[in-house]
Amino acid sequence: MTTLGDIFIILGGIAINLGIALFFWGPRRSGTRAALASNGYQEAMVLVKGGYTPDVIVVQHDKPVRLYFRREETAACSEMVIFNDFGKSAKLPTGETVTIEFLPEKAGEYEFSCQMGMFRGKLVVE
Amino acid sequence: MNHQHTAISATTGTAKNSGLRSIELPIADLNQQGAVHLKERLLALDGVWAVTANAKGKLLRVTYDPTQLRVDTLIKSIHDTGYAVGTATTQLNIQGMHCASCVTIIEDALLRTPGVLSASVNLATEKAHIEYVPGHVDLKGLVSAIEGNGYQARETSAPTESALDREEQERSQEYGALLLKFWFAAIISLPVIIFSYPDFFPVLRDWLTEGSDTRRIVWGFLGILTLPVMFWAGSHFFTGMWQGLKHRQANMHTLIAIGISAAWIYSGIAIAMPQIFPSAKLAEVFYDVTAVVVALVNLGLALELKARGRTSEAIKKLIGLQAKMARVIRTGIETDIPIEEVLVGDIIVVRPGEKIPVDGIITEGSSSVDDSMITGESIPVEKHADDEVIGATINQTGSFHFRATKVGKDTALAQIIRLVQDAQGSKAPIQRVVDQVSHYFVPTVMMLAVSSATLWFVFGPTPALVYGIIVFVTTLIIACPCALGLATPTSLTVGIGKGAEQGILIRSGDALQTATKLNTVVLDKTGTITKGKPELTNIVAAAGFNEEAVLRYAAAVEHNSEHPLATAIVEGGKTSNLVVPEASEFNAIPGYGVEAQVEGHLVLLGNAKLMSQKNILLGGWEEEARRLADDGKTPMYVVVDEKLAGLIAVADTVKEDSKTAIAALQSLGLEVVMLTGDNRRTAEAIGRQVGVNRVLAEVLPQDKAHEIRKLQLAGKKVSMVGDGINDAPALAQADIGFAIGTGTDVAIEAGDITLISGSLNGVVIAFEISKVTMRNVYQNLFGAFAYNILGIPIAMGLLYPFLGVLLSPLIAAAAMASSSVTVVTNANRLRGWQPKEKLA
Repeated sequence: MTTLGDIFIILGGIAINLGIALFFWGPRRSGTRAALASNGYQEAMVLVKGGYTPDVIVVQHDKPVRLYFRREETAACSEMVIFNDFGKSAKLPTGETVTIEFLPEKAGEYEFSCQMGMFRGKLVVE
Repeated sequence: MNHQHTAISATTGTAKNSGLRSIELPIADLNQQGAVHLKERLLALDGVWAVTANAKGKLLRVTYDPTQLRVDTLIKSIHDTGYAVGTATTQLNIQGMHCASCVTIIEDALLRTPGVLSASVNLATEKAHIEYVPGHVDLKGLVSAIEGNGYQARETSAPTESALDREEQERSQEYGALLLKFWFAAIISLPVIIFSYPDFFPVLRDWLTEGSDTRRIVWGFLGILTLPVMFWAGSHFFTGMWQGLKHRQANMHTLIAIGISAAWIYSGIAIAMPQIFPSAKLAEVFYDVTAVVVALVNLGLALELKARGRTSEAIKKLIGLQAKMARVIRTGIETDIPIEEVLVGDIIVVRPGEKIPVDGIITEGSSSVDDSMITGESIPVEKHADDEVIGATINQTGSFHFRATKVGKDTALAQIIRLVQDAQGSKAPIQRVVDQVSHYFVPTVMMLAVSSATLWFVFGPTPALVYGIIVFVTTLIIACPCALGLATPTSLTVGIGKGAEQGILIRSGDALQTATKLNTVVLDKTGTITKGKPELTNIVAAAGFNEEAVLRYAAAVEHNSEHPLATAIVEGGKTSNLVVPEASEFNAIPGYGVEAQVEGHLVLLGNAKLMSQKNILLGGWEEEARRLADDGKTPMYVVVDEKLAGLIAVADTVKEDSKTAIAALQSLGLEVVMLTGDNRRTAEAIGRQVGVNRVLAEVLPQDKAHEIRKLQLAGKKVSMVGDGINDAPALAQADIGFAIGTGTDVAIEAGDITLISGSLNGVVIAFEISKVTMRNVYQNLFGAFAYNILGIPIAMGLLYPFLGVLLSPLIAAAAMASSSVTVVTNANRLRGWQPKEKLA
């Protein structure tokens, strides 16, 4: 026999679940555009700390991209960043800035992530 | 070290005429006409006094007046003439830059340094990128130019031992910190567990009666005691959760942090406001959960970290192979210098037992060299003048001089290290699936925890709230996203490293996974199955002659010939230790053979056409010749004074281990196909020798890729084994291309898998490695998925209605901690794997 209170509890549980789904999987705002430097590279700085900041980077196709990754945590999970679609990966020693360069030739969305796929970001090529 | 030396070293000195300086510049592509042209152009410059060009040594010596002319102007003029000066580029890490103006200060300081051609400093990366003329200025000079302006400079770390040491150090610091946190949490856990369950201990039961204030006060103390456990020993769970939430991402930290804080907060409410609970039984505390979970998860993380450090042992071994010093002859004097300062073109002295510092070509002396650390071949190789030596290999018996051809990050070893690191950082296709799962994993677990807590509270037995909180915490704690995430990369790291130890460079996780799906292996014949150069195989003497005499005459007449078949005969004579007589009146008859006078006899050596032209009676020897030809050999008649002395045959012989390797491939269930441009008879003869039935002969080089495509259209998963240059299109067309025997040029782009040694056994080992590695990956994935798929429902209490089983959060924590350790340990099992087939 369910009481009114129970129904409220169940509805509350459903609401929390919806909140979780929306928060983690809901639509994200558009990303940061990489700046075009004088050397012809599209450059952006990415902070690695619990995730990638920014985690969506917008670049233009056919122009070389140079990303500076700086990892400011010691947890082993994030010690590597992988751009699988471009065949690039780099070890990120704590507190050092590591450069990754590549040339995106085709427009599209390319994921980058840590080795275990827990941290993830997206490169949007226009 | 991050140098890139494009050419030879330069040396400078002060000319006799005081005030004038002279500089020697290495010019890579200097030739005679160019030297004249260049001289004219340079002499036209103000401040140039004299120019001497040495086209053979590729050196340009310029005497100039430094007050009138800067070195970079000089070099720019050379560039404008169309020549490249051998310059080096390096990167330095700079510390102490705080503002944009620092950039210009450092750039100016560098550009003012003689010998520096260009300098650019990046504030974001804190790096200076410098192009300079080696010899005119060295690293020390560059560093002191920067330090003179109040900044610190040090060389950027490439895959060197020091970089590795740092990584190791970071790892062990992290390990130490986790272990300390574990002990702290573990020690506090003990009293917390005891006092949380006073009813199990008769003494405590009487003292802390249920519902009494004493019990509440003691429990209150437990709450305070566990605070440092949560916020110090477990601080990383909270920071990890917070960092993730900022990115709207959830991870393992999120689950643990919510779990332990839910337990702690519930307990706090139970103590502070027992009246809100309908019965005293509900007002329980779960501080033990908080403390034990923190302790166990920290222990698990520490063990996992330790084990993960071991997965990259192979790369550590490779980096450790690098020599540290080289003995270089400069200006006639032998000096020991660090290998970072060795330049292309330096002459290096190697004594017995020493490590060869960089890649190069032997200029004088000979020795046997142990290449096993690079190629995986265990037998030392004899090396003579003009032979290639590979850095990090060990010189055994003799001493020799060699000229450095590749230094710094261009050496074979440096390329191998880079390739292996890249490959270890790549993802196998299966990982994409796992990535998708882990994207949804943590939030799903959170939702399951909320749902089950709700259901238990509403429909569960009393005390419903206690059961609700237990299933909530247990579900969060038992879920282990780490095991899922670790499953693929740890095995790949070990497997690819294992390959590198055997001289097999697997380029990516993709290649490794695809290799397990192949069912057809196409082998190029020349240079892959065979040695790729003809050798003397048969001598048959006619009546009145012996084999030695036949070979002596043949070697004598062929001594002056440049035909590859002739070389084989002459080499054959050398290996038999024959004293080959001089030949005179040598005459080559293209398409037929040769004739010459040897010790007063007229000797003819050639094919059947030559015999009929010279009217030599063959007396039934055509049969013998045909038999040899059917074996894929090239027979030649030897005639002395118009009388047939015998037959001599040469052939491109099969490598010693080709037959066993092909048999091993077939026993792995692969169909082996031979592909060659050679004529059908020779090809089939070789095919018979090595046990290949399917022979595609007379295929033009440009059609090789097409043949691969045809096999693929027939539904085969095809791998092609060939050399990386001639067979590049076919290697690219194949599902997996094996580039074989590339010597020091290991970074060759054509292959998905590169075999440094020439042996076909490498293909077998590569297949075996990919099989065992992928099996390991699947074991890990199965384990990780099975663990979560079974563990989470049990934690949610799914078994309770049937078996009355409900997990304790403490057991969940132990299970979670051990699951990721198990995955990494399973991957480490691969380290002990040894190939069935050894490389020769």
